[in-house]
Amino acid sequence: MRFKWSNVVLFFGYLFLYFPLICIVIYSFNESRFVSTWTGFSFKWYKALISDPIILRATVTSLKVAGVSATASVILGTMAAIIIARWGAFPGNTLFLGAITAPLVMPEVVMGLSLLMLFVGMESFFGWPSRSGNITVIIAHITLTLSYVTLLVQARLQDLDNSIEEAALDLGASPLKVFFVITLPMIAPAIVLGWLLAFVLSLDDVVIASFVAGPGSTTLPMIVFSSLRFGISPEINALATILMTILSIAVIMSAVFIYKDGNIKNM
Amino acid sequence: MYRIEEIIISWFSELMKKIKGRHFLVAIPYGWVFVFFICPCLILIRISLAENLIASPPYTSLIEWISGYMLQIRINLGNYMVLFTDEMYIRGFATSILIAGTSTICCLLMGFPMAYAIARSSEKIRGILLMLVVLPFWTSFLIRVYAWIMLLSPCGFINNLLIRLNLIEAPLQLMNNSCAACIGIIYAYLPFMIFPLYSAIEKIDYTLMEAAYDLGSSPLKAFFSIVVPLAIPGIYAGSALVFVPAIGEFVIPELLGGAQTLTIGRLVWNEFFGNMSWPTAASLSIILLIFVVFPIVFAQRRREAKLSIVD
Repeated sequence: MRFKWSNVVLFFGYLFLYFPLICIVIYSFNESRFVSTWTGFSFKWYKALISDPIILRATVTSLKVAGVSATASVILGTMAAIIIARWGAFPGNTLFLGAITAPLVMPEVVMGLSLLMLFVGMESFFGWPSRSGNITVIIAHITLTLSYVTLLVQARLQDLDNSIEEAALDLGASPLKVFFVITLPMIAPAIVLGWLLAFVLSLDDVVIASFVAGPGSTTLPMIVFSSLRFGISPEINALATILMTILSIAVIMSAVFIYKDGNIKNM
Repeated sequence: MYRIEEIIISWFSELMKKIKGRHFLVAIPYGWVFVFFICPCLILIRISLAENLIASPPYTSLIEWISGYMLQIRINLGNYMVLFTDEMYIRGFATSILIAGTSTICCLLMGFPMAYAIARSSEKIRGILLMLVVLPFWTSFLIRVYAWIMLLSPCGFINNLLIRLNLIEAPLQLMNNSCAACIGIIYAYLPFMIFPLYSAIEKIDYTLMEAAYDLGSSPLKAFFSIVVPLAIPGIYAGSALVFVPAIGEFVIPELLGGAQTLTIGRLVWNEFFGNMSWPTAASLSIILLIFVVFPIVFAQRRREAKLSIVD
């Protein structure tokens, strides 16, 4: 009896989670511009999407920003995680930990606003960073994603037995060698997951990018956001379907990767 | 003079000897966080205390030298005063809290049965069920909001369906109200509620339930007197995880809430992009941060209290 009840709950729960997304996928193949009528199956909106130069340029910008910021964030985040997990108390440790995790809970508008104010101040003092390039968005996204990456890698490091590292150090390996030969391979799943998460978060952000982006660095979410203000658009359906397909494949692949590694419980 | 230079140089080389690789390693993330997180926060506080100015940058400086010898510090609390006297801002705070609170409660009411059902499902499919909860979270946030525009808009899916079934004549106004904003927030943040609830419920020892049944308790009573109290840490964590992003949310109220659902996030945006009033936007942000910090501290206190009881 209870078994049935829980199945009903799960059915409606997952229906709520997936029905809206399935609608998007179905209507992306609708020939008509309107949701009201189904006139036939077509790839029309995909073609329109691919031949739209504004969307293409914004996609390239977004991918560049996401790639660079995810990579930088993983490097910085791994450093921060090692500091937090391995070296314990440093002067200002509590403040550092607080500041590194605070972007997790910081409202996006506040973060975007404060970073823009910093960039404007810095530009008038040092003449850098110039808001005409992508650099401001990249910096903002690194700051945003750093906390996620740090927490993921740090959780992994804390689960690891650091006696292996200590043994290697005792046997005369240099700290750098220990890091690259022992620590890095062991935290690799967390780093991959962290990179992926940082990439997706960067690709997804519209508010912070809207604040800090200059005229030349319009990202894809900014384009999508401004077109959503005018309501339903079938091109966005097509775009959403493509994005969802890519992201689900990436997530499933990373899950398989982590699962095969036998570390799913640690994630 | 010569000696002083010598001392400085020797002191500096001494310092350079002490600095090793690991210090540089510490300095890089420390420096990053200091420059790009702590500094912006300080600048935000500083600008919130300035006066509005039609110039570039559009605010006054707090400290000024007047006629070469007088140091003048002008701190303007007017930006904060306005926030607590102007009806628009007060209504904005109320709307934000109402929407965030309602969505948190709805998330809890929807998330709890789901988390419980997942925790009680067989271990084989549990991983898949959990992954299905996170998967929408990995699709773009804007797309998830857009999905609801498509469902709720006047020419959207639900209105079409109802008209086709001859249940209504004209399309209902489902979008552009605070209810639609709530639905959007629930949809976007439901995974944040399910996960902490699941990890709390999963730990519950079910022999307690069986004991309750054996002693003649009804399933419902056993549920409310065993599962719910033991899941309280998860309830607090999940509620904080939903409430905190919901209160500062900008995109969902902007796209689904219509013109009258002015949340704090939207007010900050409008002050900055619409009125070009940096000081007001900054002071609103500070107030928003206070709204965010409060539930976190509360949840943390509760957790610590709970832990100290366990100890």
